[in-house]
Amino acid sequence: MTATVNGQAQRLDVPAHTTALDWLRGQGLTGAKEGCAEGECGACSVLVARPDPAGGTRWTAINACLVPAAALDGQEVLTSEGLGTPDAFHPVQYEMAVRGGSQCGYCTPGFVCSMAAEYYRPGRVTAADRAGGDAELGEDGELGEDGELGENGFDLHALSGNLCRCTGYRPIRDAAYALGLPEEGDDLARRRTEPAPAPVSTRYATETGSYARATSLREAIDLLAEHRDAVLVAGSTDWAVEVNLRGARPPFVVGIDRVPELRELRIDADHIELGAALSLSEIEEGLAGRVPLLDQLFPQFASRLIRNAATIGGNLGTGSPIGDTPPVLLALESGVVLASAQGDREVPLSEYFTGYRESVRRPDELIRAVRIPLPLSPVTAFHKIAKRRFDDISSVAVGFALRVEDGIVTTARIGLGGVAATPIRATRTEAALEGRPFSREQVRAAAEVMRSEGTPMDDHRASAAYRSAMLGTALLRLHAEHLNREGNPA
Amino acid sequence: MSHLSERPAAPVVGRTLPHESASLHVSGAALYTDDLVGRTAGVLHAHPVQSPHAHARVTGLRLDKALEVPGVVRVLTAADVPGVNDAGVRHDEPLFPTEVMFHGHAVCWVLAETLEAARLGAAAVEVDYEPLPSLVTVREAIEAESFQGAQPVMVRGDVAAGLDRATRVFSGEIEFPGQEHFYLETHASIAQLDENGQVFIQSSTQHPSETQEIVAHVLGVPSHAVTVQCLRMGGGFGGKEMQPHGFAAVAALGAALTGRPVRLRLNRTQDITMTGKRHGFHASWRVGFDDEGRLQALDATLTSDGGWSLDLSEPVLARALCHVDNAYWIPDICIHGRIAKTNKTSQTAFRGFGGPQGMLVIEDILGRCAPRLGIDPAELRRRNFYTEGQTTPYGQEVRHPERMELTWQAVLDQADLAARSAAIAEFNRTHDDVKRGLALTPVKFGISFNLTAFNQAGALVHVYKDGSVLINHGGTEMGQGLHTKMLQVAATTLGVSLDRIRLAPTRTDKVPNTSATAASSGADLNGGAIKNACEQITQRLAEVAAARLGVPAASIRFRDGMALSSDPQEGNHADPAEPHGISWEDLVVAAYFERVQLFAAGYYRTEGLHWDSTIFQGHPFKYFAYGAAAAEVEVDGYTGAYRTRRVDIVHDVGDSLSPLIDIGQIEGGFVQGAGWLTLEDLRWDESDGPTRGRLATQAASTYKLPSFSEMPADFRVSLLEHAHEEGVVYGSKAVGEPPLMLAFSVREALRQAAAAFGAPGTSVHLDSPATPEAVYWAIEQARAGGDTSVIEHAADHASRPAVPRDGHRVDGHGNGRDGASVDGTGAGHASATRAHAIPTDLERGAYPATPPAQVKR
Repeated sequence: MTATVNGQAQRLDVPAHTTALDWLRGQGLTGAKEGCAEGECGACSVLVARPDPAGGTRWTAINACLVPAAALDGQEVLTSEGLGTPDAFHPVQYEMAVRGGSQCGYCTPGFVCSMAAEYYRPGRVTAADRAGGDAELGEDGELGEDGELGENGFDLHALSGNLCRCTGYRPIRDAAYALGLPEEGDDLARRRTEPAPAPVSTRYATETGSYARATSLREAIDLLAEHRDAVLVAGSTDWAVEVNLRGARPPFVVGIDRVPELRELRIDADHIELGAALSLSEIEEGLAGRVPLLDQLFPQFASRLIRNAATIGGNLGTGSPIGDTPPVLLALESGVVLASAQGDREVPLSEYFTGYRESVRRPDELIRAVRIPLPLSPVTAFHKIAKRRFDDISSVAVGFALRVEDGIVTTARIGLGGVAATPIRATRTEAALEGRPFSREQVRAAAEVMRSEGTPMDDHRASAAYRSAMLGTALLRLHAEHLNREGNPA
Repeated sequence: MSHLSERPAAPVVGRTLPHESASLHVSGAALYTDDLVGRTAGVLHAHPVQSPHAHARVTGLRLDKALEVPGVVRVLTAADVPGVNDAGVRHDEPLFPTEVMFHGHAVCWVLAETLEAARLGAAAVEVDYEPLPSLVTVREAIEAESFQGAQPVMVRGDVAAGLDRATRVFSGEIEFPGQEHFYLETHASIAQLDENGQVFIQSSTQHPSETQEIVAHVLGVPSHAVTVQCLRMGGGFGGKEMQPHGFAAVAALGAALTGRPVRLRLNRTQDITMTGKRHGFHASWRVGFDDEGRLQALDATLTSDGGWSLDLSEPVLARALCHVDNAYWIPDICIHGRIAKTNKTSQTAFRGFGGPQGMLVIEDILGRCAPRLGIDPAELRRRNFYTEGQTTPYGQEVRHPERMELTWQAVLDQADLAARSAAIAEFNRTHDDVKRGLALTPVKFGISFNLTAFNQAGALVHVYKDGSVLINHGGTEMGQGLHTKMLQVAATTLGVSLDRIRLAPTRTDKVPNTSATAASSGADLNGGAIKNACEQITQRLAEVAAARLGVPAASIRFRDGMALSSDPQEGNHADPAEPHGISWEDLVVAAYFERVQLFAAGYYRTEGLHWDSTIFQGHPFKYFAYGAAAAEVEVDGYTGAYRTRRVDIVHDVGDSLSPLIDIGQIEGGFVQGAGWLTLEDLRWDESDGPTRGRLATQAASTYKLPSFSEMPADFRVSLLEHAHEEGVVYGSKAVGEPPLMLAFSVREALRQAAAAFGAPGTSVHLDSPATPEAVYWAIEQARAGGDTSVIEHAADHASRPAVPRDGHRVDGHGNGRDGASVDGTGAGHASATRAHAIPTDLERGAYPATPPAQVKR
């Protein structure tokens, strides 16, 4: 196995289960650090060359602690050392250095990589060049919803997966907002116009574990048939935490993140199909606002670093009751397309989960795609209740999709996370809404029903009482926001 | 103006400069301790075996299966310790315990060729435990009367008379949790043997000298056989003041026994489950005001949660008591302090060191009582500020109290407070589901270690023949910019440009017997020492220059790379257009050939300090740092979620040595304080289940630090102007800790926003941390009529004690160490290790063998 790191081809010869981070550090590239080993702090952020929709390359920031080193086979990686040196700064490094963006410096190489990815984002447009830019002004005349967009088009959410314990972030924000656009002759900018490295059909076997990269659906299904104990890994953002922190050492790992059949995004007349191995970032870009409810979800789904790797199939495959996509996908009445040697079958998501981290998926099946039926219900909202506004795990998550015709709720679909052993539909609340006026009185009555949905628990994220209270206020908030949008103050 | 604080013309101090390592940071070239592993051959890796019980006796330890794991080289146990089996300075922290005192306590350590082999080896170690009863919460410890260390009392006046004099008397309680440091770089040490059995340890430590001392006593060797170096730390915040020693000692022991380099790096889970945190506190109080809201008396008992060993709990408690007044004059006061002994990590130093906890008590009191008194909270605070001539409860005159008033007024102006308060009132009137709050809070923070002896520092300055300069000092760099400031001090004193000076990593064989880089004192102390060393050199060089220039040595000034016969700007030179001087480089060469010493050891000690911990009186602080903050928040009534919309800060850093660094400290400290008060949620398993005592939030995914989303959307920080501090290096003030406490403004703003959901004048109790859930319950409380937990007392019963004192009242202090064994837990250990400890203590000298309620800082 080989990988290109900072422009140099390097042999990849590592023990099984070695992370990309440990491998890079072992190569002497100690800029990337381990701060948490679970993709929360971003100190390990590096850039990988990923294909973009136009056939070129996107410099994509990911957490190196979550990527198996073997998954870098044939790939191209950039670290902070490759961006610039103390004698020849990259523009991102320069701004961070002179504006006080580093104090202890430990998180800094990771910030630099996340910032560089946003620096090279092709869609980044400065305010001067932005057509209709006024539409993005927030309440206080700030750019973006919460002033999280710089005049230079820098989206601060690009840094939401990087933690700094020293600076309080203001100087880092200033550095980000001070960046210009890449200049002529910037090799990394030019690199974007050439194709990204193709996936390699990696087969890597050691005594303590093996890694195989599937490059077709057939191959993935065959590998799964051969190795009944195989762990399917796409973005690896959940699984790697088991490996890094809880000592999981699976004998066989199959990488499916580059399987073409799992990476299609299609908008048909009666449904949208999202390939299971598309990352959340790729879906966000590919849908381009086509599903407003998903647009509410994306910025609240972990961090940009995670969304660049984590896949929609993976978020369902882990079966967590606190995954962020299920409440939304339940509200959208999505289906899960399962593929096996026998072909495809589609299961409604509402029937997919059978218990805590359990589902109807057979061992020989993999999730191929998610289907969202069209047309979409127009009144939608995603409420995520958590301690931290960016990059937290929800205590309660609610997805709403309602159709209101002539003041009457004709359909109501409500997905809930964090209030039961699986994501659930709030079916009693749906029934309490449907066929009735979308009025304050009816909403209040339905809200009381919703308060008693699920079986919330006490844990370190929230008390059961708070979870129930949040179920009880979600519908009131949706209604008030709906009235505000319609121009009728609540 | 004193010589120490006086600045020459065109000084390098005061310039806005980036961090001295910024270019290394951003390019990934800066090295931290664990980055050295790949650069060291033949390294062994260490992995702990951690207890699954909160409290248990270790009745069996079998290593055979671990030693069979391929790659495992050795398992370190108590039997391997040639010196003292203890990692602390109070001899209550066995390095290899026979009784585990908290969930996650390391029983032994496995050394192996790879980290993976060490991990597997640790999993194969068989330990038999006999579980013992455990105390997990501070309330459980109070109930069980499980205390450790001194129980000081700080008294001034007659608190009963004060409460009787008061016209409004309230009592209440507050309990608030600690805080995990979450330095991004976890604890790390690499130890290797030099020739002749000497040990060289690279450690991420704020206190290399103490790391050295602990390693020496564990190995049973003199301190001169151990050298500790700290390149830099990826954050410290107090978490690496005391905690690194044991890990360094394990690495050193492994190196000594195997002859190979040993690397010990904690992963995040290990770090957060094994190392100490900020102390949580419980406080019960009774407070009296007069009709105008002036504080008359405060009677309170503060109980800190010390965890399983004393660590720095006594000095932390002392600082908490010394800051319960914050910026306020309280004529009659009686504060009892005690340290709960619980089965948790050994709580330790954390930025502010008890100061924030003490201040939180009084700020919470004022925030809860202001609506009851019918006085605007900001006005209530201001009305109680110290004025000239008043003293603190521990007897120190409050110098520069006018600076509190100046910073307060500056914040009022900068924040346009009057207009914004009106706008917020209007916003709240017109919004049912969302409310805003705007609060101001002050900070007055004492600077110096409470314990006078620690207020000393050393430095070593070399001038090489080519004129380049190498400086070394006893302080460590953890991101606070100390080295940047020290370079600026040296450049200013020597009169050379910064590029002539390099600063070498902190090492115990360069500067001995250093104090921890802590108590915000790094720049004050080490700056004084560097300035002293540089002045020894310039005095010698001045003689050489004077002889060559034919002028008196006293007229020589060093600036801009020249030794000048007088300062042209002072206008007393014959021809200002032609400075009469000699270049630094020429002068250095000339001095060498004249056999003039071109290097010097500098020394500094803070003058005028004294402290008697037995009566809790003295003059422990060189000066006070002042600051004030105004924070505006917006709270959502449906969820309790909130945003910090704007923060204005005016802070007193004296004449700043390095403005970019100081503003970075203020902003970073503020956000870290806001994290403690609003977001960071340490949850321990308090159930009676099998994982009792386990830290439930032991990862970045469950213990949430402030991220970009917690940064104030509009963040304005100013330094107080005309703030020269007499008698401190180049007129500056310490900045590391005080700004953390400016974050009380956020907590009070949240309280006010939550209260706005109720009727005017509603008082609310806000849990800490003020997470969205806590704020939501505060909103519900406001909607239901407000806080009922504060009790107002009729004036004639006012002086009745606020809380039962468990029989130890005024005589509580001084019976310190014996208190540690009050619950019987660990008593056997303590005496066993103490017997070993005495000769080491005497050898080390720094700590008296039986200190009476020893107080650090």
